[in-house]
Amino acid sequence: MAEVYKLNTPLAVEDLKKLKIGDKVLLTGIIYTARDAAHKRLVQLVKEGKDLPFDINGAVIYYVGPAPAKPGYAIGSAGPTTSYRMDPYTPALLDIGLKATIGKGNRSKEVLDSMVKNTAVYLAAVGGAAALIAKTIKKAEIIAYEDLKSEAVRRLEVVDFPCIVANDTFGSDLYEEGMKKYNEE
Amino acid sequence: MREIDVSKITETVKKLVIDANYYIGKDVSDAIKKAVSEESSPTAKEILNIILDNHEISETEKMPICQDTGVAVFFVELGQEVHVTGGDFEESINEGVRQGYEEGYLRKSMVGDPVIERKNTGDNTPAIIHLTVVPGDSIKITVAPKGGGAENMSEVQMMKAADGIEGVKNFVIDRVRRSKGNPCPPVVVGVGIGGDFEKSAILAKKSLLRDIGQRSSDPVMAKVEVELLERINKLGIGPMGLGGKTTALDVFIEYIPCHIASMPVAVNINCHAARHKVVVI
Ligand code: SF4
Repeated sequence: MAEVYKLNTPLAVEDLKKLKIGDKVLLTGIIYTARDAAHKRLVQLVKEGKDLPFDINGAVIYYVGPAPAKPGYAIGSAGPTTSYRMDPYTPALLDIGLKATIGKGNRSKEVLDSMVKNTAVYLAAVGGAAALIAKTIKKAEIIAYEDLKSEAVRRLEVVDFPCIVANDTFGSDLYEEGMKKYNEE
Repeated sequence: MREIDVSKITETVKKLVIDANYYIGKDVSDAIKKAVSEESSPTAKEILNIILDNHEISETEKMPICQDTGVAVFFVELGQEVHVTGGDFEESINEGVRQGYEEGYLRKSMVGDPVIERKNTGDNTPAIIHLTVVPGDSIKITVAPKGGGAENMSEVQMMKAADGIEGVKNFVIDRVRRSKGNPCPPVVVGVGIGGDFEKSAILAKKSLLRDIGQRSSDPVMAKVEVELLERINKLGIGPMGLGGKTTALDVFIEYIPCHIASMPVAVNINCHAARHKVVVI
């Protein structure tokens, strides 16, 4: 039966090892946002051996390009974007300490293998549940690549950000197994 | 001749794009509520309930349902007795988009050139406008903001007549199967058959303007819609692709005449944030 875990960032390896696909996770702490364009630049920095704009050890990256914040709000609607566009960049970041990514949709084989190798997880957020997710984001601040506008890298302070474990550290894949379980063709 | 000033069109479009992004149709909420009661997967139930909570939050907080407030796609029926005054008709729609996306705190998601620089145009224009001229002295404007995740899972196939209705069904099901969780299931599947290459795609998109549960007026196609919905919901993809019975909320098929040598079939996938709003001026 699926469990509910409240986890704090930066993520600890012992916590990650408890997680199984289908478990619900409520994340609290700091997470960082990045989409395609920001990933391209981050991975370039890694290649050049330069520092990233944030500490990647135990970090969580959320794939999101939020809507603009209304006055008095920390952020606008902020649901996940499709993750496969980040697949080419993800293993390089997992190799240097990234511990979780949050997005929607399944990942490539390379990313799955890299998660097992690096004891990391992929968390699915509910696509389209963008106003609900925005309410769990208490503070948002652009820390890099402001020119990318909605795609800039943001530092988010979240409390009980809801997601579901889609890939655990043991190599299980909820996209595969969920579909198999409910397929009636 | 009835005169309508472009400022009236701009004002109307501005409100329309905001409303479409803040308030989901009752048909969608009702269909998801029904799906919650029929799902056996706890994960699927959880996701569907989150989607329903999100509808309430976006409505009360006046925030977009989804951060991807889409390409602004319009279907406009312009009455031939209308004389548009005071400026450029298409520009008046674009101006409404510009103002609505700014004032409604909607995300601007258009890039100026699609390949080389991909620089954001900054105001979500240009809109995509499908215009038809019809009898009458009013303008009917429908907006259907379309997110990238679902649009990217769409496809046109130039099928052979010999492929028949079974070929069409297999193409539609295969397209949904290959899309997995990417278009934010539960999806709405729009199918356009006939016309030519581009017309089939426009037809598929236009079919998505129907309310959930509204069957084709053609009894044969209405049956195919029901059959496809059942078969798609047996794929097991489920909400967000994490397994379950609710992969699609509905399937809509539209068709028009085509060339003796052709059978174009377009599948346009919409996500559960199936937004559209209509207004008549
Ligand atoms: S596919 Fe739809 S619900 Fe999902 S992120 Fe895009 S617009 Fe939002």
